[in-house]
Amino acid sequence: MPPLKMNAVAWGLLVVAGLAAPFLVYPVFAMKILCLALFACAFNLLLGYTGLLSFGHAAFLGTAGYVTGHTVKVLGFQPEIGILAGTATAAALGYVIGSLAIRRSGIYFAMITLALAQMVYFMSLQMPFTGGEDGLQGVPRGKLFGMIDLLHPLYMYYFVFAIFLPGFWVIYRTIHSPFGQVLKAIRENEPRAISLGYDVEKYKLTAFVLSAALSGLAGATKTLVFQLASLTDVHWHMSGEVVLMTLLGGMGTVFGPIVGAIVVVSLQNYGANIGEWVIVITGTIFVICVLAFRRGIVGELAILFKR
Amino acid sequence: MTGIFGVSIQGLFGQLLVGLLNGSFYAILSLGLAIIFGLLNIINFAHGAQYMMGAFLAWIGMRYLGVNYWWALLLSPLLVGAFGMLLERGMLKKLYKLDHLYGLLLTFGLALIIEGLFRYRFGISGESYPVTELLAGGKNLGFMFLPKYRVWVVAASLVVCFGTWFVIERTKLGSYLRAGTENPQLLQAFGVNVPLMITLTYGYGVALAAFAGVLAAPIFNVNPVMGSNLIIVVFAVVVVGGMGSIMGSIVTGIGLGLIEGIVKSGMIANLLSSAFDSVPVAGSIVYPIKLLLSPEASAVTIFVIMAIVLLVRPAGLFGRER
Repeated sequence: MPPLKMNAVAWGLLVVAGLAAPFLVYPVFAMKILCLALFACAFNLLLGYTGLLSFGHAAFLGTAGYVTGHTVKVLGFQPEIGILAGTATAAALGYVIGSLAIRRSGIYFAMITLALAQMVYFMSLQMPFTGGEDGLQGVPRGKLFGMIDLLHPLYMYYFVFAIFLPGFWVIYRTIHSPFGQVLKAIRENEPRAISLGYDVEKYKLTAFVLSAALSGLAGATKTLVFQLASLTDVHWHMSGEVVLMTLLGGMGTVFGPIVGAIVVVSLQNYGANIGEWVIVITGTIFVICVLAFRRGIVGELAILFKR
Repeated sequence: MTGIFGVSIQGLFGQLLVGLLNGSFYAILSLGLAIIFGLLNIINFAHGAQYMMGAFLAWIGMRYLGVNYWWALLLSPLLVGAFGMLLERGMLKKLYKLDHLYGLLLTFGLALIIEGLFRYRFGISGESYPVTELLAGGKNLGFMFLPKYRVWVVAASLVVCFGTWFVIERTKLGSYLRAGTENPQLLQAFGVNVPLMITLTYGYGVALAAFAGVLAAPIFNVNPVMGSNLIIVVFAVVVVGGMGSIMGSIVTGIGLGLIEGIVKSGMIANLLSSAFDSVPVAGSIVYPIKLLLSPEASAVTIFVIMAIVLLVRPAGLFGRER
């Protein structure tokens, strides 16, 4: 099949599966997948399409969660305002961290993002409004536009889906836009992109801020779903998890991160009774992916279909 | 008022000693990372896990096999180093032709596996390792109490760091290593067994981490996550120093440890208060800086310094762009 047709089929599958999901699986489980899938897709915009490995994306997911939680729970705003506030904060934080991190490239970029995210983690631990070790508990879902009660699982699910779909569409459009082509050029050969006259730093920073904002959108939504903003979402384990989802699903593929998120969230959900082994299994998947399976699930499938 | 800028002399020297101690660990770990990166072009994310393994092997040896501290200090790095060489031969070797990021991802996975296995076996509460008799106790210097063991740790780290520096910068063996860092193909053409050299280098870097782990065992609680928390700070140290120079890694590590100690003592925050609080506008401008330099924020001091260095000198203090 030609790639465009394949993408259309995949989009169709995505919408149908997304609409049917709450009737097939537990809605909270489906919502978790949607949030983390959006997070992974936003991350993939950087790793897969710009060639920048950020090891600190949890900072954006977690910070947005805290801001949303605070806005809704303490300040008493409506959920949509909370999500906007969380997303905007993540974008601003993305601008700060991105401006610092793009000053170096490659491995240093990964270490810088990791270190700055750790700084955000320590701050989340100590600042008064995050609730420290307890996190922000009992965040109300509230009424969407003051009308739709989001405590109803189905309404909440379709609200999350209505956030995920445009979020994912923005990423899809970005990848296929001239802007996205420049990002790919930077990934393939940065000196060449510079010599062609592109302001590479500006492109990288824009991609970083966009990725951070969408990660924040995912984190803000996740907080409303679980009614909780906690340290788990700012911890470096979460940053590693999003790398895993992207790598496993297929970095640099449009739909890969979604598949990766489904697999990883299912593993955590159904593997909860294997306790500490989850970390070992996560590590093992990393090792296998890097050594033998670098294209990821969707990448391998794409090659299979092309034959 | 006794003391300097509102900090008692005991408090200040106590924090300086802690800073020097942490700095020794930063130095020894960032040195290992720099050596490995120089030849393998890989950032060893498993460095923290290997440091933790070193500490745990010492504890296991003492608890179950009756191995004393001094033997542990020798055997634990050898064993963990050998384990590292197996990893290099079995896995890392396959990645040298790929993007450097894959090395980071692989060693991250390995770190999770190692940490997970230790968590499964030993839980996360941690074990304590007693200070060996010879180094127990300390000396009262009048203005502060100086524990013998901490002096030993600083001294041992400095000897190992400068020994490594001497071997790499001043001996024939070290010249091979430096040549390999510059151009491995050419070195191999001269008849040097570069793959073996790479394996041994990785083993040595890992052994350094394990050595630091054994040194740390009696000071910190021996637990499976002791390495992952430390390694992120060491990454920041590496970014500040740049990985281009061996001496640079050592100096940056110790220097940042000391600065962290000074911030923790509260001296800088007090100094800023006494200088600016009475000035109306400057006081509020300095306030956020003061907050970042307050003792409560000492956990983020090194990250703040990293951010400043990135703004002023992106390649790092001793680094070169590559």
